[in-house]
Amino acid sequence: MKLSVNIAGVELKNPVTVASGTFGSGMEYDDFYDVGELGAVTTKGVANVPWPGNKTPRIAEIHGGMMNAIGLQNPGIDTFIERDLAFLKNKDTRVIVNVCGRSVADYVEVVERLGEEETVSLLEINVSCPNVKEGGIAFGTDPKALSEITKEVKKHAKQPVIMKLSPNVTDIALMARTAEEAGADAISLINTITGMKIDINRRTFAVANKTAGVSGPAIHPIAVRMVYQAAQAVKIPIIGMGGVATAEDALELIMAGATAVAVGTANFYNPYAALEVVGGIRDYMDKNGVNDIAELIGCVK
Amino acid sequence: MAKTMKTAVVVRQEQIGTDIYSLTVNCPDIADAAVPGQFVSLFTGDNSRLLPRPISICDAGSGEIRFVYRTAGEGTKIISKLKSGDEIRLLGPLGNGYTLEEKDAILIGGGIGIPPMLYLAKQLKSKGVKCAIVLGYRDEEFLKGDFEGLGDVYVSSDTGFMGVKGTVIDAINEYGVSGQQIYTCGPKPMLKAVKAFAEEKGIKAQLSLEERMACGIGACLACVCETTAVDDHSKVNNARVCADGPVFDSKEVRL
Repeated sequence: MKLSVNIAGVELKNPVTVASGTFGSGMEYDDFYDVGELGAVTTKGVANVPWPGNKTPRIAEIHGGMMNAIGLQNPGIDTFIERDLAFLKNKDTRVIVNVCGRSVADYVEVVERLGEEETVSLLEINVSCPNVKEGGIAFGTDPKALSEITKEVKKHAKQPVIMKLSPNVTDIALMARTAEEAGADAISLINTITGMKIDINRRTFAVANKTAGVSGPAIHPIAVRMVYQAAQAVKIPIIGMGGVATAEDALELIMAGATAVAVGTANFYNPYAALEVVGGIRDYMDKNGVNDIAELIGCVK
Repeated sequence: MAKTMKTAVVVRQEQIGTDIYSLTVNCPDIADAAVPGQFVSLFTGDNSRLLPRPISICDAGSGEIRFVYRTAGEGTKIISKLKSGDEIRLLGPLGNGYTLEEKDAILIGGGIGIPPMLYLAKQLKSKGVKCAIVLGYRDEEFLKGDFEGLGDVYVSSDTGFMGVKGTVIDAINEYGVSGQQIYTCGPKPMLKAVKAFAEEKGIKAQLSLEERMACGIGACLACVCETTAVDDHSKVNNARVCADGPVFDSKEVRL
């Protein structure tokens, strides 16, 4: 049985990774299982310097999910390389580093620093975070800005580049095509969907940032739809994510056209979630006589 | 201190106050590893309420863990309906817990911050540490009887229905409570007052903080608190309440 997939020339031993920001750099989850069991570990977004993130409360629960506005708190590239990459170096898995920035120059600086790191297989460019004032989603909701940043990052990147797209757009196919035409090697989607929750007892916003990104099983059908639409629009591989908690959820995204999938919010309520998705996909293939995961990718037209 | 995810069996649950419940579960793996001041993530088992509820450990021993908690929303209401023999998924023990010092102790619990003081008082007593226990209530007493024999108990209440009418600090002043090490858990205004009191008197204080959490294990960065110095993990003035805390030295944090 062949579970391995290829993302822009990089082989993942299985199609399962984690969504950036839900898994740190894997250290906390390595207390529960060897994170080397995953096809890849996708790290939390890292910037050129440490970011303090937003005020608390940073999260709220919703039916079948949650919303967050962490604000991309991260320790900066220096600590990330020294500590997080040193940990991942000894793990038998691919490393996808999520890169964030406030300006194009910030992104380029991080991308260049990572170019020297052999542990890093792929770069995921976060142009879709809804919770920061500058950078983030500003690049991911305007086709022109998306095209420019993709081209600029590609100019400086040594590793293949995945552009992480926002669902907060009218036409996801247009954004997917824009990224592909600008030179992206792959795309990943969806990031969280901007939402708002009001605490009626305190008569204020449930999350200090006022708006927050909605995630979890509640948004899974939106992810399936958008992955399908993007898959119809581009030839580059897609990493699908959005509410994946089980192998069934992951297989839906794969059949819609994703080459790999990421488990996100589910990590928060089941630390074994991503590992269980790997096992569940294997079980499905075994039960249904599927010899190669490639038979399933985009099989639903 | 290894944390694990386990399905535990409910031994008993009873309501001990308005919206206050006492839940005892059998879970040797977590119970045997738990130290005072740590917490456990409790799962509702309801697929629309996915995130765990972080609940402080009120007591642990003989393979059992006791939680005393307040029902604040739908999730804790679901948990409050569990009966003897029911199962509940737990993840724990989580957080650092208190550092037990061999110095005369003042334990200060306010409201739903009272429960973790029980396990702490028991552990301190077993080390031969003298404990003064200060309990702050709003308008209703719970759990006070459990502290009998563990130290001198002093009470304050918002309404004056019991003890000194006022704050825990009022009770400390009124009764002349003294000690060399403060351990506390409670609402933020109380923690602020205890921090100010401790720093003014030059007494070391360990504060247990609360913040809305998702993962409970240090990955999501939802539950941060502001630190006075740049934190070694985050490289900014932020620490994770779940993983670096919930217990901090009063001088480490800004409230």
